[in-house]
Amino acid sequence: MELKVVLAVLIIAGFLTGIRLMQSPRTALWGNRLGAFSMLFAITWTFVTTGGGTLLSAILFVSLGAIAGLILGQSVKMIQMPQTVALLNGFGGAASALVVLAAIPGSTVEGVEVLFWSTSGLALVIGALTFSGSIIAMIKLQGLAFRQPVQIPGHGIILRLAFLSALLVIILNLAYGGTYAAPAMALIAVLGLLAGLLISLRIGGADMPIVISLLNSFSGIAASIAGLAVTNLILAGTGALVGVAGLILTRLMCRAMNRSLANVLTGFVPGSHKKRNGEPGVTAGEPFGESVGPDHEETGGPAGKTNEEQTGEKPGPDDLPGLLNTAQRVIIVPGYGMAVAQAQMAVGLLATTLEQKGKDVKFAIHPVAGRMPGHMNVLLAEAGVDYEKLLDIEEINPQFEHADLVIVVGACDVVNPAANAADGTPISGMPILEAEKAKAVIVCNLDEKPGYSGVDNLLYEKEHVLTIWGDASEVVPKLIDMIN
Amino acid sequence: MLPAMFIILVASAILGYRIISAVPPLLHTPLMSGMNALSGITVIGAIAVFTTAPAGARSIAAIALVLASINVFGGFWVTERMLRMFKGKKHETGGEELPWS
Repeated sequence: MELKVVLAVLIIAGFLTGIRLMQSPRTALWGNRLGAFSMLFAITWTFVTTGGGTLLSAILFVSLGAIAGLILGQSVKMIQMPQTVALLNGFGGAASALVVLAAIPGSTVEGVEVLFWSTSGLALVIGALTFSGSIIAMIKLQGLAFRQPVQIPGHGIILRLAFLSALLVIILNLAYGGTYAAPAMALIAVLGLLAGLLISLRIGGADMPIVISLLNSFSGIAASIAGLAVTNLILAGTGALVGVAGLILTRLMCRAMNRSLANVLTGFVPGSHKKRNGEPGVTAGEPFGESVGPDHEETGGPAGKTNEEQTGEKPGPDDLPGLLNTAQRVIIVPGYGMAVAQAQMAVGLLATTLEQKGKDVKFAIHPVAGRMPGHMNVLLAEAGVDYEKLLDIEEINPQFEHADLVIVVGACDVVNPAANAADGTPISGMPILEAEKAKAVIVCNLDEKPGYSGVDNLLYEKEHVLTIWGDASEVVPKLIDMIN
Repeated sequence: MLPAMFIILVASAILGYRIISAVPPLLHTPLMSGMNALSGITVIGAIAVFTTAPAGARSIAAIALVLASINVFGGFWVTERMLRMFKGKKHETGGEELPWS
């Protein structure tokens, strides 16, 4: 018993040290390896201390999963990382739910029945929710189905009812001391699966970083509570660790999008915010959530309409070579559009080409650029960009005013000055990359439609901003050709 | 065992909060996929349940074993692959460090 506690502390300390090493990109790889080693140790130790005739088959099943996991881990592309994490998350959640389910028939807990029934119920509902929510998120991210957010009538109410009913069933099951455990548990699992479906179905693409972080947290919480149910110290502690990590990231992502978690889960439907009047971005009175899915039809070209007198002064395509060749300090702002166009290699080459001309090139990474926290960093690291050049919003924002040129590739909302300039829009108050402060800006976006928030981008109209519409994988190589 | 379990749970959460908060945004994707792999720790619970559960429940535990193992091994391996790509300054690209202020 004492040894059990010591080992649990040792293994969790191994995980914590591994995460500590992840605080720096120089040591992060070893941090991950320490984590993996601690995990292997925990699994081996569990095997060694577990006897019985079924041990061999347990080893077989773990090996099967290990091989499948390694094949999956080896075969996914970096651009598929969000859906990979979602899928694995779902597996973790499902495993925790199944562990408590399998533990029920053999449970011999005397005296701690209250703890057992309440924790199994909670682990089951959270695990089931993590599973169905993650699988839907994975399907969306992979582009298999549900490309537009799906909302059913009474969506939010059904979601709340599912949670409340699950809690009620857990309490009832507790009150009856598990007499009707089988139907109760089945009901809890179904309600959990339903809640996960409802959460993920209505989520739009740009909210994915928040939802993935949240589901990540849930998978940890499910593991931790399952640990309480089966009295496993390591499981309880490690699950808590993952739960906390997910919550930290969820909070960071919400802050970076200027949204509350409740708003993401039940309120705002993307694309419902449309430009209705001459002043782009100011439509404060418009209620959220009346239509589903991005709808760009009403958005005319803001640049053409409101700034006609300035068009003569705006730089045109002919000015591109001059801008690219004279700039000394260049900041590149990548967004999810770069990932969609698979233009990260071209963008990496653009940076290298500029550097070869003696220019100083940096990247500005917004926390929610992409589909999961830090997504852009991974893509650019894959494209061979040194991590020292990847700067987050706090580091890079003071530097925009010193930049000669900013190149925006596939990013919209995160550089939209409307976040600071206009009140009452979905992005008002959202921290943005202050690209407009640079001497000149080149925007390489697919089209002039507003981003996920539906708010017209005020940046496009500015006099020192040159816009090129088109697929980044075609536009960026053209820019490279202009550098001489 | 119960008090120890709760102490470990709370201590992990508090220490985890402090350590994880200091991971830079640069590494948030590998952090998340690493944490994701850690949530596969439920595999050790699955092993214990599998070897002690009555035959009827064993198939449920077997599925848990496989899924959790995919989570663990897949998660750590994608994180390994990702982190290998993060390279520091050693490319001789000729870029100049200019004063930015």
